[in-house]
Amino acid sequence: MRQYSGKSILSGIAAGKILFYEKSQSQIKRLKVENPEAEINRYEEAKKKAVEQLKELYDKALVDVGETNAMIFDVHAMMLEDADYNDSVYNIITNEGVNAEFAVATTGDNFSAMFAQMDDEYFKARAMDVKDISERVIAILTGNTSDPNILSEPAIIVAKDLAPSETVQMDKSKLLGFVTKLGSSNSHTAILARTMNIPALIGVDIDREWNGKIAIIDGRQGILIVEPDEETLNKYKLEIDKEEESKRLLANLKGLKDETLDGKHIKLYANIGSVADVANVLANDGAGIGLFRSEFLYLEKKDYPTEEEQFQVYKTVVQNMAGRQVVIRTLDIGADKQVDYFDIDKEENPAMGYRAIRICLDRIDIFKAQLRAIYRASAFGSVAIMFPMIISVDEIVEIKKICDEIKKELLTSGIAFGEVPLGVMIETPAAVMISDLLAKEVDFFSIGTNDLTQYTLAIDRQNSKLDNIYDSHHPAVLRMIQMVIDNGHKEGIWVGICGELGADTTLTETFIKMGIDELSVSPSYILPIRKIIRDIKAN
Amino acid sequence: MKEFKYVITDEIGIHARPAGLLAKEAKAFTSNITIEANGKNADITRLMAVMGLGIKKGSEIVVKAEGEDEDAAIKKIKEFFEANL
Repeated sequence: MRQYSGKSILSGIAAGKILFYEKSQSQIKRLKVENPEAEINRYEEAKKKAVEQLKELYDKALVDVGETNAMIFDVHAMMLEDADYNDSVYNIITNEGVNAEFAVATTGDNFSAMFAQMDDEYFKARAMDVKDISERVIAILTGNTSDPNILSEPAIIVAKDLAPSETVQMDKSKLLGFVTKLGSSNSHTAILARTMNIPALIGVDIDREWNGKIAIIDGRQGILIVEPDEETLNKYKLEIDKEEESKRLLANLKGLKDETLDGKHIKLYANIGSVADVANVLANDGAGIGLFRSEFLYLEKKDYPTEEEQFQVYKTVVQNMAGRQVVIRTLDIGADKQVDYFDIDKEENPAMGYRAIRICLDRIDIFKAQLRAIYRASAFGSVAIMFPMIISVDEIVEIKKICDEIKKELLTSGIAFGEVPLGVMIETPAAVMISDLLAKEVDFFSIGTNDLTQYTLAIDRQNSKLDNIYDSHHPAVLRMIQMVIDNGHKEGIWVGICGELGADTTLTETFIKMGIDELSVSPSYILPIRKIIRDIKAN
Repeated sequence: MKEFKYVITDEIGIHARPAGLLAKEAKAFTSNITIEANGKNADITRLMAVMGLGIKKGSEIVVKAEGEDEDAAIKKIKEFFEANL
């Protein structure tokens, strides 16, 4: 078992036999010709045929990968008609009295080099396109057409480089993934791989010896494992099965309502930790975002993120969700998430220490910058805010006062904002016990089961020695959830779960029968849970 | 001679596809049409040369047309930039 790293294009997994793909590259010889005129005619004929082929590829790609991606072949045809490119071919044939193959190869190399040395990643990647069109014409001229349709059985293609036309021509049902040495994440081949949903790695130090060997592409970690041991292979096979299952679910369940057989609608939302996760939410058809962990904004930086920086991030997420609700949780650092520049003293017991809302209400400036950014983003869609680690009504009263101040400030400065529901994360036993009082103050509850379980059972969830008694299905926890739901409903507010328990499919039916209104889970759990919701009754 | 100035708003800049379409549009006119950016210029009907200018978002470009149908050419090319780039 050997492991190689590369740059991942798509975070999927693939396992299968390697097929080492090499272009049947005939050495281009420089040959003197008697009649340059005839060579130019040969070139013109070959070019005509190449343009026809590109038209066919465009039509095939249109069906397989859509118009935006198919356009590359239209562009290739245009490049072949380019006056400078053609002048260069004519000049070499006429002035040097040489064969068309050599003239095209030289021209291709020159133009490709011109793009390769540009300082912009997009234009750099166009070098490959020029090479691709030149190779197409040469293949026609020599009659040596390499057939990329070499997949007789499902395989992972390993190649030095792949042209977009080769990628499109490969039989999609047999192409498990591909690994190349060259290429950039901006190349058309990479874009095609993403569209076709094929796991791919680039920048891998490939070896011809791998041909026929079993390998695994792990796009999430950007690694290629050649000749994995049985245990590793089985582990990955299970994950691939899970991915297949969710793809199958996706095909059947996308666009359907999250409604039980007896008509109760559940808000099935997603948890995200960064802007990049939004694509995953949309791909899995999430109806909203139930927990946007804002910590990454702080963890990634060396200093406090400004209001403007935060605003841009929230706005992007809100706009991408296009009117679907986005519930942003205010800063929740401390405990297991530490940030150097916050300069928090070392604590004996950080899980019960200076963290989350306790920091925010103590360092008001940090809190206000975040709230202002969220309120400003609310002008662009449907936004809600929830506050972590609440233990008292006083905290909520103070928070609401701060929110009112911010709204007043924005109004005075003429800055737009929308209607923003405020909610409490129920994750301390204290909040559960006073949920009847909290419900009078806020618009919704979201139960954070991870912390609630650890505080209720008095079990540190970082301590692996206690894993055997950490029971997330403990009746004490379930009773607390029931109490929160009942108290919330008495005041007419919705109650959801955003902790890991929300994604526990063995409890979905129980939660719905308990009266839960919202479940917020990792994007990949949305469809499996939708399936359950649609098969059960709430009452 | 007629000309217009324009600032590119497309995220990638003048990339392959619009450069190709631009070349097609320009070929319909007899006027000589050029594009100038970053202190260099290129014949707008020459796709690779235009791409070779590496025109990015935010770059200011000047398009010049000279010939019998220069008015119509400038109008058409300007429309193309406003709609696509």
